[in-house]
Amino acid sequence: MSKIGLVRTAAIVLPVGALELLCRFGTISPITIIPPSEMVRSLYFILLAGQYQADITATLSNVLVSIVAAMLAGLIVATLLESLPAIRRIFDPLFATYYSVPIYAFYPLMIVLFGLGDLPQIAIGFLLAVMAVIINTLNGLDRVPQVLIKVSRVHRLSYLKIALQVRLPSAAPYIFTGFKLAVAYSFVGIIGAEFITSSRGIGYQISYAYNNFDNRLMYPLILLVLVVVTTVNMSLYVWEQHLLARRRT
Amino acid sequence: MSSADSMNTAVAEAGRRDAEWVAAAPGVAAAVHVALRDVARVFPPRGTQPALHALGPIDLDLIKGEFFAVVGPSGCGKSTLLDIIAGLVPPSSGQATFEGRPVLGQVPDGVGVVFQEDASFPWLTVFDNIAFGLRERKRPEAEIKEAVDYAVGFMGLSDFSGAYPAQLSGGMRQRVCIARTLVMKPRLILLDEPFGALDQQTRLLMGDELLRLWRETGATILLITHALDEAAMLADRIGVMSSRPGTFLEIIRTGWSRERDSTIVSQESFGRLTSRMWTLLREQSIRSIGYAKGHA
Repeated sequence: MSKIGLVRTAAIVLPVGALELLCRFGTISPITIIPPSEMVRSLYFILLAGQYQADITATLSNVLVSIVAAMLAGLIVATLLESLPAIRRIFDPLFATYYSVPIYAFYPLMIVLFGLGDLPQIAIGFLLAVMAVIINTLNGLDRVPQVLIKVSRVHRLSYLKIALQVRLPSAAPYIFTGFKLAVAYSFVGIIGAEFITSSRGIGYQISYAYNNFDNRLMYPLILLVLVVVTTVNMSLYVWEQHLLARRRT
Repeated sequence: MSSADSMNTAVAEAGRRDAEWVAAAPGVAAAVHVALRDVARVFPPRGTQPALHALGPIDLDLIKGEFFAVVGPSGCGKSTLLDIIAGLVPPSSGQATFEGRPVLGQVPDGVGVVFQEDASFPWLTVFDNIAFGLRERKRPEAEIKEAVDYAVGFMGLSDFSGAYPAQLSGGMRQRVCIARTLVMKPRLILLDEPFGALDQQTRLLMGDELLRLWRETGATILLITHALDEAAMLADRIGVMSSRPGTFLEIIRTGWSRERDSTIVSQESFGRLTSRMWTLLREQSIRSIGYAKGHA
């Protein structure tokens, strides 16, 4: 393992090991936190029993819908805004302040608009994720070398083809950053929304366990969220590095 | 009539006389391929920047099959001239025609352009970069492979067909861009300082290859360059431009045979050609870089 890999592993293993020891020696009460090894063991049995399969499936499918919608909408909106500079000038300051708006405050409105099903959660996840895609895509599109656009025009590409075959691929590294953030924001949005009023999902079950002092359920589910989000983001990171390697001199 | 007008009239007449000369030259067809009439380009004011008169008015005839080079000081509008002929920017006044049809709003079919900057697509391999235009034209994959393989070999990129541009040197990337243009078999090739990123030896060799290609394809070539020796070696005629707003000071006929190659650089007449160009350009270059006249 490389030196950097060792440091990275140590940065995870040491705090987790310390937490394990503090819990095992009673410095931290099991009412506050259960030992990490206990979290893993409980999570294994939870997954084996399949008791929360429906909740896990609901959360992950809602996250997936939210991510895909945010990616598509973000790409389309950013591409349109890039081609309409006058409109973009109007919206640019609003984009800069977007994340200062507490999206969760609109949850009642979401319920009014979309009912009590999964849609309000998906909408919250989407609203949090979409702006990351828009901002990063615009950032990437601004950096497309003009000479590539000239080459496209020499090859007589239509506006749509220039967007799809030149602008977006050229901006891909920035778009990828937007996608990674969209994944993270979708998880944050949906699991957070499930905490508030949902009647299913991982967020709802964590909240339910918390209200019932059920640490043997709450912590494994938190661990599950951590593992899923980290795995997805690390996979995206590896893919991104693979793509970027082609562009590095 | 102002002095600028009379100069342009004289240049236009010189251009037409040159056209007659080129028509009489062996192996060169007579038709006017590209014609510029009173072409000028003024960039509109932007913010606190006033309007900028970048080019013209210019009159020029490019004869089908000729190799025409344009030299001039920095910022004299050489690249703007190329962009207007290519249809990438419209002239502020006047008209450009290609094969008798006005160049309006888009790049005409049959025109290929190689730019000064690295214009390779970094997300595509060398092969896919070169095949880009052919795939756009929906040519059969077998035909694409044959054309690209030939171009890759011709450009000395055979070992790098599957490489990405980032893995190549600047000169190799430029060769990819040249190959991407040449596989389209354009009837008019516009080259905007294509060898700027190459070392002197490679430039001479690429010049030889360009001349060979020019002879084989019969394409008309317009080359924009800073390098006087490059223009003198490659072109049938050389348009020497003034500082901004660029107009032609003189159009020089090189008098080389069509079968020329880089060995002509050792000829005495080659030295006279570059010397003539420098005599015309020296004061213009001093003016363009903002030196006071007294320093010249």
